[in-house]
Amino acid sequence: MALISLQDVTVAYDKNVVLENFNLEVEKGQLLSLLGPSGCGKTTTLRLIAGFMQAQKGHFFFNEKDYTKVPVHKRRFGLVFQNYALFPHLTVFHNVGFGLKCMKISGSKLRNKVLSMLEIVGLTGYENRYPAELSGGQKQRVALARALVIEPDLLLLDEPLSNLDAKLRVSMRVEIRRIQRELGITTVYVTHDQEECFSISDKVAIMNQGVIEQLDRPEVIYQYPETEFVARFVGFYNFINLQLIGVEQETAAFKASNGKVFEALKQKEDIAQESWLGAIRPENVLLIEGSSSKNVVNQIEGKIKIRTYLGRQYQYVVDTSLGEFIVNKDTDRVFENEEQVLLQFPKEKIRLVKKVHERGN
Amino acid sequence: MKESNLVLTLITAMVFVFLLGPLVIIIAAAFSPNEFLAFPPGGFSLRWFENIFKVKMFMRTFEISMQVAVFGTLIALVIGIPAAYALSRYNFIGKNHINTIFISPVLIPGVVLGFTLLRYIVIAKNIPIFTGLLIGHTIIILPYIIRVISSSLANFDYSIEEAAVSLGSSKIRTFFVVVLPNIRSGVIAAFILAFINSFNNVPVSVFLTGPGISTLPIQMLSYVEYYFDPTIAALSVVLMVFTVLLMIVIERTLGLSYFAK
Repeated sequence: MALISLQDVTVAYDKNVVLENFNLEVEKGQLLSLLGPSGCGKTTTLRLIAGFMQAQKGHFFFNEKDYTKVPVHKRRFGLVFQNYALFPHLTVFHNVGFGLKCMKISGSKLRNKVLSMLEIVGLTGYENRYPAELSGGQKQRVALARALVIEPDLLLLDEPLSNLDAKLRVSMRVEIRRIQRELGITTVYVTHDQEECFSISDKVAIMNQGVIEQLDRPEVIYQYPETEFVARFVGFYNFINLQLIGVEQETAAFKASNGKVFEALKQKEDIAQESWLGAIRPENVLLIEGSSSKNVVNQIEGKIKIRTYLGRQYQYVVDTSLGEFIVNKDTDRVFENEEQVLLQFPKEKIRLVKKVHERGN
Repeated sequence: MKESNLVLTLITAMVFVFLLGPLVIIIAAAFSPNEFLAFPPGGFSLRWFENIFKVKMFMRTFEISMQVAVFGTLIALVIGIPAAYALSRYNFIGKNHINTIFISPVLIPGVVLGFTLLRYIVIAKNIPIFTGLLIGHTIIILPYIIRVISSSLANFDYSIEEAAVSLGSSKIRTFFVVVLPNIRSGVIAAFILAFINSFNNVPVSVFLTGPGISTLPIQMLSYVEYYFDPTIAALSVVLMVFTVLLMIVIERTLGLSYFAK
């Protein structure tokens, strides 16, 4: 069994259900990120693991023990908050030493542990400062040290970098990753920043409306999204409704709503499902001169509607019988508005994803 | 250039005259060498200040006033801090009504409160005079405590409390080592404000004092019924200085703007 295991958990604020029959597993030593737009339930999941929220239904197992009803202060999980939540009335030393005191550690043992943790986070010499005298990055280091010094079984980070400026965010996330690896501590990381999340995580769970749409390694999620939501989230802006008409060795053939035939690489052996969405990134659609696609597969006719200059390239909105497509193209050949063009969708660039199920609103 | 408006200037001047005039008269009269309260004083003497200490009842009631104010405020803090904490930390049914109930002693005239307490609690339950006085003062003080502490809790970041709990501190320990130190200035302000209110109170005390047990303001009232010498003016000056000193302490520790919230 995984170190963390949430089983069929349901959480609701009053009548507002945030998580329903939610399942999640995290392996020991892993850094798992929960990524998604605000309100997707990622913070709720973290607070549930931390113990600040109670599940109305379901169980939370930690290391094969039922933690569902264990109070927060007995869980020994390290927490890092978005706003740092340092104790303003205590010095850096006593902030970091707080958890140790709760464990009845004192004297030189406490001192040594605190000082060596401050060294790990690079804050040696700051022991006697108060939180108000620290910069944002330093505060976050103190918060991290405070959470780690108790040698927690689990580290929980709730958008820890979102109050820092862009440059500091990058260096801090490298730092967090380094410390996490060094200590080999299992970590759950909540963020809404895609780049941050992909750069730091072993596994990423993309969440949407209280459901994990996909949980996998960052590379897999970026290249092989499984649902429309994930695809949109990682930059596939074009979608074609496809009906399966035939399966071959490596490819599958589909028919679009305008009768056009499309071919795409099979991503899985099992492709029994009838109805798919073909997703493709704007930079992977080819824009070709010409006005008749005749019977060429993966090609449709279109008309340039809007042209936007992006610097390195142009972005076109192209109107077709399958709706509008967004295409990025270099500046070698510039297309004019209203110009007739052909759109080519390379079969190895099309990803087959599932449509989003209707979930209320 | 500022615009000068004759009417406004006049009104402002009158406000100052009415506010400060009586104080000036009292202060001047306190230093009068004469046997009766008069203005202008026609001389300078400290004999009435000495006389305060010669009147035994002043000393005795000052002691009682201090006891009631200190103990009443402490009791109100013990009740008020958890109440303010619960009201600001949690959402529950009837929260607004409870808030209103806690604030209501400010809205009800002290005379009504004092009389009701006397008639239906002190007499009915045969409660000793000092205890009754203490209960009455605790009740009138409580709203101030709750209001001031609530306003300092409004600025308190509860994620700090969550951080402490996550580090292994129980909720009760967290309250004492994390929450309380961070609302300390609010507690000091509440204490001083409540203390002044209790110390100066007349309408509630007048019903709840009795034979042998009286507060200083009540004693002052009965003194002026029989004597008309400037002792009372001298005592007022002493009390004013005492209050001003307390206000300076607040100003130094938190700033008077604390009460504007």
